Amino acid sequence: MIWQLDLVILTFVIFCGIGAITIKDLLGAAILFGAYSFMMSLLWAIMGAVDVSFTEASVGAGVSSILFVAAVFRTTRRTKD
Amino acid sequence: MAFPGWGDPLSPASTHVSPYYIENTIEDTSVPNIVTAVLADYRGYDTMFETAVIFSAGIACLFLLRRMKRKKTDFRHYRHMATGITLRIEQGGKIHPTAKEFERIDGLWVPHDLIIRTTGRFIIPFIQIFALYVIAHGHYSPGGGFQGGVILGASFILFAISNDLRSALNRMGERLTAFFYTAGVSLYAGTGALCILLGANFLDYSALATILLVDPVTARSYGILIVEIGVGIAVMAVMVILYYNLVSAGKFDEGL
Repeated sequence: MIWQLDLVILTFVIFCGIGAITIKDLLGAAILFGAYSFMMSLLWAIMGAVDVSFTEASVGAGVSSILFVAAVFRTTRRTKD
Repeated sequence: MAFPGWGDPLSPASTHVSPYYIENTIEDTSVPNIVTAVLADYRGYDTMFETAVIFSAGIACLFLLRRMKRKKTDFRHYRHMATGITLRIEQGGKIHPTAKEFERIDGLWVPHDLIIRTTGRFIIPFIQIFALYVIAHGHYSPGGGFQGGVILGASFILFAISNDLRSALNRMGERLTAFFYTAGVSLYAGTGALCILLGANFLDYSALATILLVDPVTARSYGILIVEIGVGIAVMAVMVILYYNLVSAGKFDEGL
């Protein structure tokens, strides 16, 4: 497809992935996981796999992010290491 | 090495497997969405075990987190509604829930706002109708049982966030959710077993033609719809029970 769009989204995916594991604020890491999931959903939609893209959008943005936020709510907000 | 090249259009998977599905799905099952037909009919055995895996993930979370007893370090907050005095009851004690003068408030979260509650009340029915549409329309558009089930579960989670966790537990309690996730997996496996009882192989939906009084091709389409509904119900209940367990740390009383 449009290779420039692919390259930009892939760069975002790499930055979201690296950011989600190095950031110290766990709520920010949960939001970065949500952003990573959204970028993967876009990539799969570009590749033509719309069922997979729909599943990733609904699970990543809907349920997985809120489960992470619920886990952060019950434990600490700042990572211990 | 004898592997085919990356994305090679002449590899055996692209010359034998894919063209068979692309050409024969409509006349075998009359379902235009090839992905749903492959997932729920041609490879329905895998989807059944996938639903069982989702079910066991919900059960595992329940085993890890659920706590029924009250410990000595637990405390609860109550507010006397007439005067506005807030009580904090330590050491695991409680006021009986039928005492109407006291209402229970959460210790860790602010009181729920009228705007958030009203907006949730407007949006949640539309989300649920959209989720049911995604399940039912999985034959023609992208979607199907799993996606619709996740969206339906997310609508219950939205209700639990915008109102109290306790009002969500009043509507969709632990036993009702447990009934739903068991019923979803049983619906899927039960359809397969019904096909055996009618004389065909396991999960061969054309055997349902004698019960549903249609021809075998339409019977496969209806069989796909029934198992998608089973998957949707199971996924919805597992999302809800995962959220309930996580946000209340297993005690099912307070939460986000």
